[in-house]
Amino acid sequence: MSITYVNDDGYYPSNEEHPRWEHEGYELVVGLEVHVELATRTKLFSSAPNRFGDEPNTNIDPVTLGLPGALPVLNRQAVELAIRLGLALNCTVQKSTFARKNYFYPDMPKAYQISQYDEPINIDGWLDLPDGFRVGIERGHLEEDTGKSTHVGGAGGRIHGSDYSLIDFNRAGVPLVEIVSRPDIRHPEQAKAYVTELRGILVAVGASDAKMEEGSMRVDANVSVRKPGADFNTRCEIKNVNSVRSLGRAIEYEARRQVLLHEAGEPVTQQTRHWDENDGRTHTLRSKEDADDYRYFLEPDLVVVDPGIEWIEAVRAALPVLPSARRAGLAAITGLAANSEAIMVVTDRGHDSFVVDVAKHGGDASITLKHLQQLPEAAGVPAEDVAKLTTMEASGGLTATQAKQVLADMVDAGGGDAEAIATDKGFEAMGNTELESMVDAAIAAQPDAWEKFCAGEGKAMGALVGAIMKASKGQADGKAVTALLNAKKS
Amino acid sequence: MGGDSLRRVPDVPKISAADVSKVATLARLCLTDDELTTATAELSAMLDHFADIDALDLDGVEPMMQPTPLANVMREDVEGETLDRDEVLGQAPLVEDGRFRVPPILGIQE
Amino acid sequence: MSDQPTTAVDLARNVRDGVAKAVDIVDGYLARIDERDDEINAFNLVLADQARERAAEIDEMVSLGRDPGPLAGVPVGLKDNLCTRGIPTTCSSKILADWKPPYDATVVTRLRDAGAIFVGKTNLDEFAMGSSTENSAFGPTKNPLDTTRVPGGSSGGSAAAVAANFAAVSFGSDTGGSIRQPAALCGVVGVKPTYGAVSRLGLIAFGSSLDQVGPFAHTVRDAAVALETISGHDPGDSTSIQQGPLDLSPTLDLGVAGLRVGRITDLPKGASPDVEERLEAAFDALREAGAEIVDVEMPAFNYGLTAYYLIAPAEASSNLARFDGVRFGMRTPAPDTNSMYTATRTDGFGTEVKRRIMLGTYALSAGYYDAYYGRAQKVRRLIANDFAAAYAKADVLLTPASPTVAFKLGDKASDPLAMYLCDTYTIPSNLTGDPGMSVPFGIGEHGLPVGVQILAPALKDDVMFRAAATLERHMQNHQDQNVSGS
Repeated sequence: MSITYVNDDGYYPSNEEHPRWEHEGYELVVGLEVHVELATRTKLFSSAPNRFGDEPNTNIDPVTLGLPGALPVLNRQAVELAIRLGLALNCTVQKSTFARKNYFYPDMPKAYQISQYDEPINIDGWLDLPDGFRVGIERGHLEEDTGKSTHVGGAGGRIHGSDYSLIDFNRAGVPLVEIVSRPDIRHPEQAKAYVTELRGILVAVGASDAKMEEGSMRVDANVSVRKPGADFNTRCEIKNVNSVRSLGRAIEYEARRQVLLHEAGEPVTQQTRHWDENDGRTHTLRSKEDADDYRYFLEPDLVVVDPGIEWIEAVRAALPVLPSARRAGLAAITGLAANSEAIMVVTDRGHDSFVVDVAKHGGDASITLKHLQQLPEAAGVPAEDVAKLTTMEASGGLTATQAKQVLADMVDAGGGDAEAIATDKGFEAMGNTELESMVDAAIAAQPDAWEKFCAGEGKAMGALVGAIMKASKGQADGKAVTALLNAKKS
Repeated sequence: MGGDSLRRVPDVPKISAADVSKVATLARLCLTDDELTTATAELSAMLDHFADIDALDLDGVEPMMQPTPLANVMREDVEGETLDRDEVLGQAPLVEDGRFRVPPILGIQE
Repeated sequence: MSDQPTTAVDLARNVRDGVAKAVDIVDGYLARIDERDDEINAFNLVLADQARERAAEIDEMVSLGRDPGPLAGVPVGLKDNLCTRGIPTTCSSKILADWKPPYDATVVTRLRDAGAIFVGKTNLDEFAMGSSTENSAFGPTKNPLDTTRVPGGSSGGSAAAVAANFAAVSFGSDTGGSIRQPAALCGVVGVKPTYGAVSRLGLIAFGSSLDQVGPFAHTVRDAAVALETISGHDPGDSTSIQQGPLDLSPTLDLGVAGLRVGRITDLPKGASPDVEERLEAAFDALREAGAEIVDVEMPAFNYGLTAYYLIAPAEASSNLARFDGVRFGMRTPAPDTNSMYTATRTDGFGTEVKRRIMLGTYALSAGYYDAYYGRAQKVRRLIANDFAAAYAKADVLLTPASPTVAFKLGDKASDPLAMYLCDTYTIPSNLTGDPGMSVPFGIGEHGLPVGVQILAPALKDDVMFRAAATLERHMQNHQDQNVSGS
């Protein structure tokens, strides 16, 4: 399904504020097509098992093999999961029909793929990146996966130069949803963030395990470049991107390749290109004899799918809290930005609810967050215990460094009373006067550093802080030290 | 009716030999030159005959793709019987290592 | 004493009552096959051993006091596009010449469970594309009533099998008339039920939105019982009706008093005078039996042929793409996969099949979809509207089944368009999904049988059967009168 390019820049006006990729005066336009394997027990149109790793050609039935006389019957759970992910992506879930996409290929058992064309199940959604950039989602539709070919005799198992190929149809018929974004992406980092966020959503709603490395999520990038404000130029489709990191690299390479062509006055041919991770370039695939004519027509063996308001609302009501909402929740109680690294990391690990728990027990949310970021195992400690610890730290009863050590003990012991552990370790809060005299001593001992620091060289502070920490045997509170130094500077 | 013979070639062929050739390729069929000529004449005569629907006013008519008024025919996500692999592979033209073997896949997009 | 063959209903009752043995019955039918099928060529494959084995099983069941089912011991022919596990299913094509399906069609399972005995797989036009069974890769089937003539098609083998008493009942498929037209040419009853009434699972697809499996029989009651046996919802076919088996026998003899029978005043011309005469006689017979004849107009009926010959080949071009030499069937070796596809399909498919595949591919291709396939589906809607309007005024419609009696072998073989015209009267009900059946109603030119077609609205197959039974009774009465009154 090709993306309809809407030459409608600033599709979401708020996107204007975000950084764009730029090279030699050209900007980047990217749309992503993501295929996701649904986590059902059986295939999309037959009850053969949807299982990975079994002996070749054991999860087969007449429908899977496209045997004469076989007929498809739609899997209800696949529809349920498609509705779930559609709603999670803010799509309108609508009445949909199936269509045949006709083409010959050995891993296509019927020589047509049953997909959705005119009327896909999900349309007009969006996905917000953690930094607030919004990528529109044009459509999401159900379709069946193909079998797998292994090429024998060529270099590195590639098609090129192979002697023959072997086909396994275990994967044929596995349910896929193809999610097509609008060409709103303007930076390779946005593309990466889109895929990462999409994955988080798919996993959260249980639609798929969405692992690029295992093939349960496959990303194709449609890339073009243009002068800002100009019409969209011809795009190329990039395939064979197997990780988020590769996606960024591939887009960067392809965009630069196209800029070179434009600059040289040469046309960019619309084509599919293959990303090669090893040499870091995209390559044109062997060109097809004719442009694909898929001769789409309505699948006569299936009937319309009209989920209806009841089913859709039931799915909506049962949706779990999505990653973005979880991050927003943390932002609210910690005061940090929802896309700050700490919140991103902790939420991604699934420890956001732990922070919320600690806060409920009266603990300090932002301090908890910081500790969790560095010590994920802390999420295994009872929330009340961490609450007490962070309260002590927040009130100055423990320095940050001391708190870290107490927490580490709690992790080892599976919990504990913060006060008791602190006392055991001989931690006492350092009084301000004692601290101030240490600071004065350090200033006196390093007049050059002090002069540089006063002149505005923030780096010079490091030497001073280092001396103070050494003198206090690590017990000084770094924040308090910094505050004192700054106060004395002015 | 009854006397519409293919011997009559329409004034303007409804389909050209180039079109027939393209269509044959799409359908993975190979025609000899003679067959191409014959097929072009036959298909052209047929399409000429079928041009009777060109005159109909079909504005606003909803296409009828299926006779069935059914909707939402689905099955539960429960495993069913699979085929016996040996029985299936026994009917295959060429098999290796439990998989279907085909000659090199060239000239086709991956 | 009538020389009518024993009906399937009587055969089954005799077997279930222990009055006759299935093995004896089967032997009788197999003997006739042995004697005459070399000449007729109704069968691609005769299943003599399997039939005898199954007959013995049926007899065993009866002797143990178990009921083998409503078709117990009835010899049945299956069109060779119905999948039979472990038994070659060829569609009369080289490309499937040795293929043994690993599964049974639903129809086959239901028939077996009803006690039927399969005597053989019958010949057809290759992939069900044709109206004469001359397009078979295994030679044509001859009309048993005159072996210089065709039995009709595409289910010619099944029609001939019943006509020649090689089987008591047989099954075919009807996409544009492929049951009704051969039934008419062979002088037997042939039924295309409401679309979806019979499962298509295991029927090798030609035109998916048009295909239906249906029975051939000597009598309307036999056809009713056969259809009851195979019909009803199949969860394996998403287009199958959401109800149980059709209920046809109970109302069969209710007659047609008060029924409104439609005469289509603007029906396409082209039926031969003998066929026209028999159709008139059929209207008379129904009127005599108490029906009311009403006039209806169906202007779109005329465009049925065109719509069909754009839609059916389009669907077929897609359905037949799976025959690519990869997983089953014939493969012609070649140095690469693409060439292998082309070589296999060029070698394996016959001329008519290739012709329709190309026509269908063209009708769907980029730039032409709207003009051809898209347009044809709109014409289909117009035809359905015409039928709906007609059925507001009439309960059934009466038309010829075939424009002529059986024609000579070779007559139309070189003129595809002339051959297509054979289905003028049957095609529209395939497009709409309504049922239709052909009933023998007397003799036409050259002493050959003429069939009259009864059409009814979707799921009104029982009303259609009632009218058919009335016509059949009329013919029987007439024959009896002829015999006794002479």
